[in-house]
Amino acid sequence: MSIRLTNISKKFGQFQALSPLNLDIQEGEMIGLLGPSGSGKTTLLRIIAGLEGADSGQIQFGNRDVTQVHVRERRVGFVFQNYALFRHMTVADNVAFGLEVMPKKQRPSAAEIHKRVTQLLETVQLGHLAQRYPEQLSGGQKQRIALARALATQPEVLLLDEPFGALDAKVRKELRRWLRSLHDELKFTSVFVTHDQDEALELSDRVVVMSNGHIEQINTPAELYSHPNSRFVFDFLGNVNVFEASWQQKRWENGQAFLTPPEQQTLQQEGVLYVRSHELALSNKPNSQANLPFNIVAITPIGAEVRLELAPYGWHSEELWEAKFTHHNLQELGLQKGSVVYATPRTAYFFGAQGESSPTRLSWPFLTPGSLAFDI
Amino acid sequence: MIFNNGRVRHKRVLPGFSISLGVSLLFVSLILLLPTTGLIMQTSSMSWSEYWGVIADPRVVASYRVTILSALAASLFNCLFGLLLAWVLVRYEFPGKRILDALVDLPFALPTAVAGITLATLYAENGQIGSLLAEWGIKVAYTPLGIVVAMIFTSIPFVVRTVQPVLEELSHEEEEAGMTLGASDRSVFWRVILPSLWPALMIGTALSFTRSLGEFGAVIFIAGNMPYISEITSLMIFVRLQEFDFAGASAIASVVLMTSLLLLLLINLWQARYLRRIHGR
Repeated sequence: MSIRLTNISKKFGQFQALSPLNLDIQEGEMIGLLGPSGSGKTTLLRIIAGLEGADSGQIQFGNRDVTQVHVRERRVGFVFQNYALFRHMTVADNVAFGLEVMPKKQRPSAAEIHKRVTQLLETVQLGHLAQRYPEQLSGGQKQRIALARALATQPEVLLLDEPFGALDAKVRKELRRWLRSLHDELKFTSVFVTHDQDEALELSDRVVVMSNGHIEQINTPAELYSHPNSRFVFDFLGNVNVFEASWQQKRWENGQAFLTPPEQQTLQQEGVLYVRSHELALSNKPNSQANLPFNIVAITPIGAEVRLELAPYGWHSEELWEAKFTHHNLQELGLQKGSVVYATPRTAYFFGAQGESSPTRLSWPFLTPGSLAFDI
Repeated sequence: MIFNNGRVRHKRVLPGFSISLGVSLLFVSLILLLPTTGLIMQTSSMSWSEYWGVIADPRVVASYRVTILSALAASLFNCLFGLLLAWVLVRYEFPGKRILDALVDLPFALPTAVAGITLATLYAENGQIGSLLAEWGIKVAYTPLGIVVAMIFTSIPFVVRTVQPVLEELSHEEEEAGMTLGASDRSVFWRVILPSLWPALMIGTALSFTRSLGEFGAVIFIAGNMPYISEITSLMIFVRLQEFDFAGASAIASVVLMTSLLLLLLINLWQARYLRRIHGR
C-alpha cells in the first residue's frame, strides 16, 4: 500500500519536532528514515502508525485518508526498538495475539490461528521456540518474534523503530539481510528508522535523511552517496574531511596549503571542500594543482583496510583528516608514522559560502588548457 | 580459590555475606521467631482436647466467620479500589496528585484506635455519613459492615503501595504494541497490563487480607461487638487476656497466625512461579 504524507507537522510543547513536511512512499517500497537523535524520525514513524497525532497535515494509505483513524484501525505492523514482547505469554501466544484480539466475526478459528502461528514461526526460523517465554530468548530471536507478531495480521504496511539498534554488529548484519529478503518475498511497504547510515544505505530502496524536524534529502542510496545536496547529508553519510578555503587569485588557500580548481566562475569564491577518506591520493611531493601537506599521526589497520590519521602541516583544520587504503596500497607508498605526505583529493565536493547549498563535484587531477599531460 | 578435596571453591565476590545474614537472622529470631515460639509455648500447657475446646468454642468459631468474611470483603474491595487508586496516581497528572499520594499512607500513620473512633462517629446513625446512609436504610456502625469499613481503611495502603511501583515501571511500548495489533482498550488492559500487575496485586491483596485478619484497634470501636454477630477474633483474644487466660488467648492467636502464614506462603509460592516465567529463569 502506498503512503502519502502531506504537510505533516508536530510540536511537543515549545519544541518543533517536525516542521511541515511531505513524503510519498510507493507500494512495496522499503524506506529508511535516517537522522541523528532528535531529528524527528521516530516521531514521523509514530505519526504514520497513529501512535502519535500530527498537529497538521494529512496521511493517506492508498486512497484511504487515515489521518483521524485510530492506531488499531490502521492495520499497520509496528516493531519496537526494545521488542515490546508480552513477557507473560509464550512466543506462540505473542505471535497469535493480533489474531486472538480480532472481533469475533473476523477472527480465524483456533485451529487456523495455530496453523498461521506455526507458519509464521517457521518463516522467522524459530519454530522450535514456540513454547518458550520471551526472557529465555536472545536479542536477535526476540526481534524476529516481534517481527512475526507484527506480520501475523498480514498488514500491508510494516513500520520498524530502530529495529536492530539493541543488537550486536554480527546479529544486526544477519537480521538486516534476512529482513530484506523477507521484504522482497512478502512485498509489504516498509518504513524503518535508523541512525546508522550503513543500515540505511544497505537496506532501503530510498533513504530519507532528516535533521531538526526537516527532510534534508530523499534519494536512492547510490544517488544519495554520490550527490549529497547539503553539508548535513554529507556529514551524516560517513566520515568526511574538511578543507576551509579562502579564494586567493587563482586558487583556494588555507595557510601554506592550496588547491587549484578547474576554471569555473561559480567556484571562484571562499567556501568549504569536503573530501571522503577513501578519495585521497598520497604522495611524497606536492604538485601544481594540489598542495596539502600532512603529518602522519597514526597508521591503524582495521580489518581489510588501513586507516591513516593525518594532521595538517602548515595549515589549519578543525579536525584531523582521515585516509583509507588497502594494505597493498600502503606498502607501495612506504609511509611511516611521523613522516610528511602530500595529499591530492581524487574527488571533492565544494560548498560555496555564497550561492545555493548544493555542492559542486570536482575531480583531480584535471588537464589545464595548453598542457599535454598531468604533472602528477 | 582454595583446593579442598580436589574441589575448587570460589570465594564470594560480594563482601559482607556472613555478617549481614547473621545480623538479619538474629533480628528475625528476636522479633519474629521468639514471640511466635512463646505463643506456641503458652499453648503447650494445654492438652489437645483443651486446645480444641478453646478454638472450637461456638462463639469463637462465629468470630472466625465474621473476621474472615469481613477481611475477604475488605481485601477484595481494596484489590479493586487500590488498583484504581494506584492507576490514577501513576497514569494521570492532576492538581492535588501529590497530596492524594501522601494521603494513601495516612492509615499507616494514624493510630488505629483513632481511626476506629473517627469512623464510628462518622458512620453512626447520627454521624455525617451515617445519617445519609440511614435514609437508604443502610446501617454501618455497630454492624458487620462497619467491620469491613474499618478493615478497608486500615489496609488500603498495602495494595496501592505494592501495585504503584510495578505500574510505574510498566513500559508503554507493550500497550502500544497491543494497540498496533488491533486490540481494544479493554483487551489491552485484560491481556497486557493486568497480567503484568497480577503478582503485585495478589501480594497487595493478600497483605491487606492478613492485616485485616489481625486488625483490632480500628475495628472494635465501630464493630458493636455483639456475640455471634460482630465479634472479631482479635477481640476474643483480648477478652481471654483480660481474664488472664493466657493459654486460651494464645490458642486462638495460633489459629490466626497459622491462617496468615499459610496464606502468605501460598501466595509467595505462586508469585515465585509466575515471576520465574516472566524473568525466564
